[in-house]
Amino acid sequence: MKKLSQNSHLVTIKGTRDGLVFIMDDQCEYVDLISELTEKLGASFEKFVDDSIVSVSVKMGNRTLTEQQRYEIAVIIGRRSNLLLKSIEVAPTAGDERIEQLLGDNVMIHRGTVRSGQVLQHEGNLLFLGDINPGGTVIVTGDLYVMGALRGLAHAGSAGNEQAVIAASHMFPTQLRIAGVISRPPDEWVKADVYMEFAYLDDGQMKIDKLSNLFKRKQSL
Amino acid sequence: MGQAIVVTSGKGGVGKTTTSANLGTALALLGHKVCMVDTDIGLRNLDVVMGLENRIVYDLVDVIEGRCRLEQALIKDKRFESLYLLPAAQTKDKDDVKPEQVKEIIGRIKQLFDFAIIDCPAGIEQGFRNAISGADRAIVVTTPEKSAVRDADRVIGKLHSEQIEEPKLVVNRIRPNMLKTGDMLSIDDICSVLQIDVIGIIPDDDYVIKASNNGEPIVINPQSKAALAYRNIARRILGDPVPLMSLEEKPGFVERIKKFFKLG
Repeated sequence: MKKLSQNSHLVTIKGTRDGLVFIMDDQCEYVDLISELTEKLGASFEKFVDDSIVSVSVKMGNRTLTEQQRYEIAVIIGRRSNLLLKSIEVAPTAGDERIEQLLGDNVMIHRGTVRSGQVLQHEGNLLFLGDINPGGTVIVTGDLYVMGALRGLAHAGSAGNEQAVIAASHMFPTQLRIAGVISRPPDEWVKADVYMEFAYLDDGQMKIDKLSNLFKRKQSL
Repeated sequence: MGQAIVVTSGKGGVGKTTTSANLGTALALLGHKVCMVDTDIGLRNLDVVMGLENRIVYDLVDVIEGRCRLEQALIKDKRFESLYLLPAAQTKDKDDVKPEQVKEIIGRIKQLFDFAIIDCPAGIEQGFRNAISGADRAIVVTTPEKSAVRDADRVIGKLHSEQIEEPKLVVNRIRPNMLKTGDMLSIDDICSVLQIDVIGIIPDDDYVIKASNNGEPIVINPQSKAALAYRNIARRILGDPVPLMSLEEKPGFVERIKKFFKLG
């Protein structure tokens, strides 16, 4: 009896402005979770949504997933043709591993200007050639390297990777975010000489260092 | 077939209408057939600045809704034979017209004129989309203020996504003495953020406000520096490579004498 009542709360489906969020219990057995997910997406699911395409974010809480398990969840959600799986968020450490696994040292290159009001999103590491203007936003799950002026908002390790760094030729951001840490430069942040810098997290504190010291930080990973 | 140039800025009060009026007049002065189109429906101003308010019978919305022919709504300027104005409606709303309808009207104006100068309303909503729908080129007006530059940046991004490539920048209301002391954003500061070509810089000029209140475009006043700046922009639009004007104040008579003796 107890198991049954618990069961119905393993998968919580919430509607947000950006689509559906599946919040998965992270204490129960994985198989129970899968069976409930399958059941929730069964015949009765049509009551919740119509035929329009809905994006889905899955939050696994403090649970790690193997690649196979990720695939399994993706397949179950994929059976509903109108559901578009946007992301599966797992426990932070596992997220790092996954990003490292998936991308290794791969860096995607993007050229252009991110102007006020524009948002550039990328899964993985990004080398951005151009300026990010005040009011513009760049969000990546990995590292962000900007060859140009970073004057807007940059968020690296957006899926929770605290090892991510933000580097820029001209570091004049409105705000920097790494994983869940938000920092803004001091108001009187006027530097005499301009050199390339990067931002990183040290014990949950955001710090800025010369780019020439980046290898020390990244090598230790 | 003429070309349509939209004058836009994002932020209000930076001088879109003044720029539209003066560019239109300057192009007409250079012998071109120009029609200025006010798309700021509900808050029309271009007719006031041009001093043509009392001649309005029909407006843009009347043409779109078929209450009159395009030719009936066009108002001929009182000073220049080749200058016309298509005023906006004052009693309607920006949501009452669709971008395709404006585009169609602009297309017809391009058949009749060398230039259509479209005065865009502030903001990036329906009015903005209406204004840029028929434009071939765009002029973005900004002032040396952070907020105006920010909004200009937003608008340039919007123009890119609407396939209006390479908009040109007008930096309005520059105060040379503040530039010198470093209290105002410099042209270089603005360009390094916006990354587009500057087509004109206009010094702040008391004559502009006076002229606007009198319903006369400033370009016809030969004493004004702003007038010269607007004329230069018109020439650059026509492809004439006029260098940007120096903002240095000309030394007065006494200073010139002093300088002369020092050198001597």
